[in-house]
Amino acid sequence: MASIDIESVRKSYGPFPVLHGVDLTIRDGEFIVLVGPSGCGKSTLLRMIAGLEEVTSGEIRISGNRVNDLAPKDRDIAMVFQSYALYPHMSVADNMSYSLRLRKTAKEKIASAVGSAATKLGLDPLLERRPKALSGGQRQRVAMGRAIVRQPKAFLFDEPLSNLDARLREQMRAEIKKLHADLKATSIYVTHDQIEAMTLADRIVAMHGGVVQQVGTPLELYDTPANLFVAGFIGSPGMNFLEGRYVVTGEGAGIRLSDGTVVPVARRTGIGPDAAVTLGIRPEHVVISDSGMLEAGVELVEPTGFGIILHLSLHGLPFKIFTLDREALSAGPKVRVDFPQKHLHVFDEKGNRVD
Amino acid sequence: MRSGKLLLTGAHRLAILVYVVFALFPLFWLLKVSVTPNDLLYSEGVRMWPSRTTFEHFQFVIAHSAFPTFFKNSLIVSGATAVVVTILASLSGYALSRFTFRAKYWIVALMLITQMFPLVMLVAPIFKMLSPLGLTNSLTGLVIVYSAFNVPFATFLMQSFFDGIPKDLEEAAMIDGATQFVAFRQIILPLTLPGIAATLGFVFTAAWSELLFALMLISGNDAATFPVGLLTFVSKFSVDFGQMMAAGVLALIPACLFFLLIQRYLVQGLTAGAVKG
Repeated sequence: MASIDIESVRKSYGPFPVLHGVDLTIRDGEFIVLVGPSGCGKSTLLRMIAGLEEVTSGEIRISGNRVNDLAPKDRDIAMVFQSYALYPHMSVADNMSYSLRLRKTAKEKIASAVGSAATKLGLDPLLERRPKALSGGQRQRVAMGRAIVRQPKAFLFDEPLSNLDARLREQMRAEIKKLHADLKATSIYVTHDQIEAMTLADRIVAMHGGVVQQVGTPLELYDTPANLFVAGFIGSPGMNFLEGRYVVTGEGAGIRLSDGTVVPVARRTGIGPDAAVTLGIRPEHVVISDSGMLEAGVELVEPTGFGIILHLSLHGLPFKIFTLDREALSAGPKVRVDFPQKHLHVFDEKGNRVD
Repeated sequence: MRSGKLLLTGAHRLAILVYVVFALFPLFWLLKVSVTPNDLLYSEGVRMWPSRTTFEHFQFVIAHSAFPTFFKNSLIVSGATAVVVTILASLSGYALSRFTFRAKYWIVALMLITQMFPLVMLVAPIFKMLSPLGLTNSLTGLVIVYSAFNVPFATFLMQSFFDGIPKDLEEAAMIDGATQFVAFRQIILPLTLPGIAATLGFVFTAAWSELLFALMLISGNDAATFPVGLLTFVSKFSVDFGQMMAAGVLALIPACLFFLLIQRYLVQGLTAGAVKG
């Protein structure tokens, strides 16, 4: 087990920068999820930690030792690939034992390591099979097994579940979480799926455009997103945003929307009156009420079974509500909505959160 | 509708049959002439099969001609060329497929250029080069020349096979603890067996039937390969067709055996199950 330090790490492909200086400290045994849209640099960062990509500048340390120039094989990390990358000409057992055989581990030790990993992952009856005779979920398990047999310093996961169907993904997600609770191994997990990020992570690193946007526990990111990107990326359905201007009223403050309505908010510091701001509220926090201060047109009602998503048009802009109240099924054509103050997020012109 | 489809299938099969007959007929004729006794060769007219067959041509070719030497020489030259080319082409094909390096573009261009010349143009310069090195009239010389001419194409062939193998596999191996070379040898190479088999087969047959350079670089029977040797059955006043055809039939055997051996790898999709699917 090990801590991983990433210090001012940059990456460019020729003249094209992909990572603009990443600083991150991953504690021993921590489960870190790198999340962001395609092209945000999360996979590149992971591959740099693995040693599959060169570091343009900056430093990566595993257990305090600089690894920038170490070959992947000398970093003692294991990685689960999105494509699983199983060796097709080897049986499941051989796939799992390959790393140990390369290290010339004693036969009995290999057998017991493979055996216990197989039992942990329910692979016992499949050990003699070739990868092509396995289902997607089983292949995924073998890829996990290959990673855990040799008890590396850290586990790297590169979107390991994105090739599975939804049900299997949910199941494997839970298994990965259990496995981590069991092994307590330092893990870095890359995904673009914010649900995976929320459910698995001890801490989430939200990335966008090669820059770390926010690092924090899942609920920190959910409850106090640092900027518009994080606010919009975390949570599904995504946060609603409304443009307005910050106004100071008698006791408090408010956001004046384009139609003149003033949505009361708590006083903010670091922002002047009349500054352009973006108001954010999550769909599940919007309250439908006959006495609501804003009126919106109902465009679409989506029952998910668990709850209902209302697609509204507010001042001509799309706006969503998520509610568990089945009465919403018969809502429309107009509803009135209220925004509880404690659930409002305010972002300044640059998109940064103001409190 | 149904009968129309049936007719179409029938026509399709017939076309294939015609093609196969057309392609195999020369081989059949080779066999036919090789078992026809000399006295019947010109006296029976054109017949599909002689009224009497004999193996005397085969006996003569094996026991009394220099054919076994030619055969052995051809086997050595073709086998060695195939192995040398395949090894070089695997390495260079892998490099072209996986690495980016300076001058890669120019190396590829140069290799393409070598394929553009009619070989006849190169006979004289090559002879000039090999002669002072003592490589004319030697099997080694032939292996070198054949290898040089086959490596570029074989490299492109191997590269296309490597391109078809996901990069994740060797990355996984390198994280598992392999060096790039070990990953190449233990993970990638076994998966390119179809490619290796195709390259071996292609180069072997190319070298096996090569006449031009063999004829120009080799004089005398000791180092002659079988295509050159076949010409010894042509004498000043006559052509001994029976023996020539018998030699031809014998010469087909190794090529057939070779393809029989490698066909398993040619058809097999070894990478199945490597990545998602």
